[in-house]
Amino acid sequence: MTESAQEPEVDRGNWTLALRRFLERRVPLVHLLPDRQPYFVGSWVYVFGVVAIAALIWIVATGIVLVFFGPQWWHVSNIGHFVNALHFWSVQIFFIFMVLHLWGQYFAASWRDGRAPTWLVGVIVFAISIVATFTGYVAQQNFDAQWIAINAKDAMNAVGVGAFFNVLNFGQMYGLHVLFFPIAVTTLVAVHVVLVRMRGVVKPIDPPGAETSEPARRSGPQASEGPVA
Amino acid sequence: MSSTADSQARYYAGIRMVPFDLLKEGVLAVVGVAVLVLILAALLSAPDVPPVTIGSWAQADPVDFVTTATAELAGQSGTAGYGPPYNGTPDAAQAIGPIVPQEWAGVSTPIDTAKDFVLHPLELAAAGDATLTSALATYEGANSTQQQTWLDAYTTALGNATVQGGEVTVTPGDYGPVPQLMASLLGVARSGGLDALLLENGRFFQTDFTRPLLLMGDGNYLANLAAVQHLTGDQWGVMNETGSYPGQTWLWLYSVWYQLPPFNTAPNADLAIVLIVLALTTLLALVPFIPILRDIPRWVPVHRLIWRGYYRGSSS
Repeated sequence: MTESAQEPEVDRGNWTLALRRFLERRVPLVHLLPDRQPYFVGSWVYVFGVVAIAALIWIVATGIVLVFFGPQWWHVSNIGHFVNALHFWSVQIFFIFMVLHLWGQYFAASWRDGRAPTWLVGVIVFAISIVATFTGYVAQQNFDAQWIAINAKDAMNAVGVGAFFNVLNFGQMYGLHVLFFPIAVTTLVAVHVVLVRMRGVVKPIDPPGAETSEPARRSGPQASEGPVA
Repeated sequence: MSSTADSQARYYAGIRMVPFDLLKEGVLAVVGVAVLVLILAALLSAPDVPPVTIGSWAQADPVDFVTTATAELAGQSGTAGYGPPYNGTPDAAQAIGPIVPQEWAGVSTPIDTAKDFVLHPLELAAAGDATLTSALATYEGANSTQQQTWLDAYTTALGNATVQGGEVTVTPGDYGPVPQLMASLLGVARSGGLDALLLENGRFFQTDFTRPLLLMGDGNYLANLAAVQHLTGDQWGVMNETGSYPGQTWLWLYSVWYQLPPFNTAPNADLAIVLIVLALTTLLALVPFIPILRDIPRWVPVHRLIWRGYYRGSSS
């Protein structure tokens, strides 16, 4: 049987085919892995998000090492303590650049032109990252973990989630920190990035209108290069 | 339906496109962050102050330990009067008017401070100890009024307690078996045994530290150590961490409310502040749909800095 003869039969009601066509239409590779960008993207503001993702990669990498050797390892091993320090500073850099990214995108009003879902997912990433880091702090098994857990329980209990999210239960906090939250944060970051790539970067506020006449998707070595800040 | 490629082509129509290498930029960022993190970790390390144990608490501040344990036995500690999820103490839960979310899930982690923190550990430790067994029998055989009379008198006496040879001594009085119970509990605690007894759950493995942490939280020893490390609520609380490390600075919007009236004295501060922060986070998420908030970027010329080259290029 030829492909052309088979195609109409599988076309209707085929979820796989429908998904493939949706992805090909909405998330084309040329936009997932672009080799050209509007020239206004040449601003340092766009670096913040990339650095935050780079820090997230190191958070996950160092976290995997810490998990592999167990929660006690970094307290009794110099190498473990150093790996934990890498994890710690990766988290700090992640948050610094995520906040810079957030404020940069706020003042760029980057939700314009149909990009509200991208903004919304970004805020959810920010909020979940805070809880993810919090579970890391209370799962440290040191003085900080004790004190933070004892105090934080009051907030959790006051809003009624203490029954399900017991910050005094190391096993629960550790499990959430090393499994649930990494999956949640990395998945949502991936969704955020795909949304950015699907829509492209938002145009500057109040574009003057007097732009160059270069074709929008012109590619190849003959394309002119605009100013890069 | 038009494809994303078509819609982007239309969106960027008339805008100059320039070469861009997403993968190279990403790899450079990963390498750059690695270098920065390595330098910071090598130069500054990371905080790791050892945890306080019940044993170290009982050795360092036996009066505070015994005072706390007596309050647990008398049902007068913070945990004893906490309300859900630990017990059903009436009117203890934080509320805003008729809204009391703390009570919604009920008592999910039941804690009887007298039994769980004092009597049950002592029963386990009493094996082969006739004096302690007798003291326990005397205490548990007395009626609640008698027990409370002993405990009140002993609690008052602890205000002038002294420590001699690691034991807590109070002026002579009618305290029943309470001094014996507390001396035994202190002895078990100082040996480190109470750390284990508080985790006892009839199974081998244990990862839930609710009971020992609640007991320590009821005392003053841990709080005093936290104050030295600038970690108490009026010192921006859990946003900080030990030493001079940055801590969870991203919690500033949460911690700041605890520094301000009326929240710094409000009995329902935790509930009110969490709700405020949730509301603010929702506002942040919905900025694209909220007039004024979504217009501020247009009014404040920060975007002129962000796209400096773009605006310069288009004005020339």
